[in-house]
Amino acid sequence: MTAMPVELDEPRIGEDIRPDLPWVTIVWNDPVNLMSYVTYVFQKVFGYPKAKAQKLMEDVHYKGKAVVSSGTREEMERYVTILHQYGLWATLQQDK
Amino acid sequence: MTAKIRSAPHGGARITIGPDEAQLLRSMADFLLRVVEEPEQQDELAALVGISSSATQPEDPALARLFPDAYTDDAEAAADFRRYTESDLRRHKRENARRVASAIPEWGGEIVLDAEDVQAWLQTLTDVRLYLGVRLGIETEEDADALRAAAVRDESLAAAMHVYEWFTYVQDSLVRAVWQEE
Repeated sequence: MTAMPVELDEPRIGEDIRPDLPWVTIVWNDPVNLMSYVTYVFQKVFGYPKAKAQKLMEDVHYKGKAVVSSGTREEMERYVTILHQYGLWATLQQDK
Repeated sequence: MTAKIRSAPHGGARITIGPDEAQLLRSMADFLLRVVEEPEQQDELAALVGISSSATQPEDPALARLFPDAYTDDAEAAADFRRYTESDLRRHKRENARRVASAIPEWGGEIVLDAEDVQAWLQTLTDVRLYLGVRLGIETEEDADALRAAAVRDESLAAAMHVYEWFTYVQDSLVRAVWQEE
């Protein structure tokens, strides 16, 4: 999981309005997609180096899911769309 | 089944397939084209501007796998996302399948793919495998092993598994052929 840097020492006006929490794209394990293919897709879609893509693929495979990217909601929706084109089981949600 | 897959310059690939394989690949691509066809639209105006009238996951589990919900914790957001993106995703999958089908020589032979073709092929091969996987009842990794074992005594299952395994082989070979080592 990614963590947003938190600035504690700068009091802000209107603190009830919280900035958007970062959004995350999650890929879930499925019994059909190949480990080679999932790793390849992570490299292709996110531009990750092979070692990172491989690690994320293993997280998906052995832990059932992995956060593969974080950012704005719009960015995550775009990634989910692309991952669905590749047939990966991807969802997005607000990181809590 | 003797498909040979090698890399070609600039992210492309060369695939050599026999006549039976050409026929199998074409028939599955054509089949997929029909599967991901737009469902009957109630709302013609929505259809015209590319908004899907369907806001819920398809009832058919195989289609639900091809068009999964984008949100698991927010039904309203999932419905909105689907309304605005599912038509495009269906169109994208059809374009891929058409691209694959049109590249296959009638009696097999060598197919030269450029980098864009490769992505379309990888995606279509995946769609076919996902569809077959659901139809075969593969819900866990162990299910596939159990099916392989059961196929020894069941001819029609053996035929279906053979198709599934062939697509698996082609996809894995194609990924490995085009993989850019970092």
